[in-house]
Amino acid sequence: MTGRTKTMLAALALAAGIAALVLVPLLLNRYGLYILSMWAIMSIAAIGLNLTLGYAGQVSLAQGAFVGIGAYAAAIITTQGWPLVAALVVAVALCFVIGWLLGYPALRVQHHYLAFVTLAFSTLAYLVFRNEEWLTKGIYGITGVPRPTLFGWPLAAPLRFYYFCLAALGIVFAGAWWLVRSPWGRAFMALRENPMRAMSLGVDTRRYTLMAFAIGSSLGGVAGVLYAPLVEFIDPTPFTLGLSLNLLMMVIVGGSGFLFGPLLGALISVLLPEWLRFSEGLYLIVYALFVMILLAWSPTGILGIVDRYLARRRARAASAARSAAMPEALP
Amino acid sequence: MKTVLEVENLGKHFGGITAVDGVSFQVREGEILGIIGPNGCGKSTLFNCVLGQLQPSQGEVRLDGRVVTGMRPCDLNRLGVSRTFQLLQVFPQLTVRENLILAGQEHQGSMTRRLFGRRDAGLTEAAERMIAFFKLGHLAGEKAGGLSYGQQKLLDAAMAFMAGPRLVLLDEPAGGVNLTMLALLKERLQAINAEQGATFVVIEHNMDFVMSLCTRVLVLAEGRVLAEGTPDEVRANPKVIEAYLGH
Repeated sequence: MTGRTKTMLAALALAAGIAALVLVPLLLNRYGLYILSMWAIMSIAAIGLNLTLGYAGQVSLAQGAFVGIGAYAAAIITTQGWPLVAALVVAVALCFVIGWLLGYPALRVQHHYLAFVTLAFSTLAYLVFRNEEWLTKGIYGITGVPRPTLFGWPLAAPLRFYYFCLAALGIVFAGAWWLVRSPWGRAFMALRENPMRAMSLGVDTRRYTLMAFAIGSSLGGVAGVLYAPLVEFIDPTPFTLGLSLNLLMMVIVGGSGFLFGPLLGALISVLLPEWLRFSEGLYLIVYALFVMILLAWSPTGILGIVDRYLARRRARAASAARSAAMPEALP
Repeated sequence: MKTVLEVENLGKHFGGITAVDGVSFQVREGEILGIIGPNGCGKSTLFNCVLGQLQPSQGEVRLDGRVVTGMRPCDLNRLGVSRTFQLLQVFPQLTVRENLILAGQEHQGSMTRRLFGRRDAGLTEAAERMIAFFKLGHLAGEKAGGLSYGQQKLLDAAMAFMAGPRLVLLDEPAGGVNLTMLALLKERLQAINAEQGATFVVIEHNMDFVMSLCTRVLVLAEGRVLAEGTPDEVRANPKVIEAYLGH
């Protein structure tokens, strides 16, 4: 298969995927649209975590907290009559700064030690959501979070809001695609694979580590800004450590370090409970078994399986090409 | 000849253990200095102290007369100092070409300009030239992790030269490399030294490699300088024969 054919096939697959995401929801009811909107929002948060963890190799158990910060920013600001775009600016700036600061421990500790530091932040954020009633209204939560209007076009209807979330996902995905293909993406991967060597080649590992945390956290904030008007009511319960772990699972199950990994992981995490509804209380057991078997078989997630298959095919093709060329090389 | 690197009374202690003990030497522009000595004599620790990977306990490092003691490796690299490590240090998930582009990209403008600039930071042609120079042409699109050990060693060395450094410190470049690859590596290093005037400091145990490549050799033993001179002088030095080379 030539490079051009491969590009054509990839473009066709992408077009088919986009068409399905646009057309299939026309057939769905309100609840189906809610689930798909949730998938788009969780995908955005997982794309952020994938940049921090999958590309830059920095473990974070705080992504759920950033979704919470974004959600509270949106709830507080939009219920005061400000537009959602103002909340977006505040949430992104806030999450960027906090993410940057959270990156400092990563300059000293790594792996599970870093996971514990971010876990502590996650707990701290939850306590602020629950206890700082003057700001967050504590356990009573903030009700009546309005859905936005876009250039005077109300997005209150589930289908319209879904398209809004899908467009946001498209923009975030395109941004992530551009970032990982830029020199920054290469530096992030160097940071993940061998920080000491990266530093000896002039890569300022300190700045890139902080930037990876800040950008990934900002995307968590973006997801939160969309989450608040989707559910229309915000309280601390969804933003416990469980959400961070779930987002981590989405990245790992889909394929950490693959662009499409978070989308796939979020799809499984959001849709699997719906598919397994018939099993009632057994859902979590089935999900846990699925994850355990998957990670034992392929620690690089579902897309890791595809990547390995393609690598084997390429190696076989290269070997066949070498064998075919051998007789001509002989005298 | 101008002095590029000056190391003065450099020392490194790990608790009660002294790995490097008051080492002083100079590296002149365009020369290839070899550093030899038995295992555990402090060669790699010396490199790590000079290059900012470790903070020295004492002493001073000067680059072109400027004190750079304890400077971060990435800042030193931007001043034109490059290195390879004793163990292989390529990026296995990146292709050979991407490894080389990465090795040069941080020298292309500011961080912001790199973000909004060209995807390859304008380095594809330079990477292709380096690939051809180190005879890795057929492997340009392969992931570095899939290369043989010798090929990875060549790539490792090629990465150190990607940003056109003035001073390169090579830590055991010949370790584990077969004779064909070794001859190629030596030839390439000599060519870079002759054509670009790059200065090298080479740590190596392979005596044939060191003695035929280096213009001057420094011998370390127990963290101190035991001898210094041309390859012939060092080979004939009784103290070196006693401590390292043997009879």
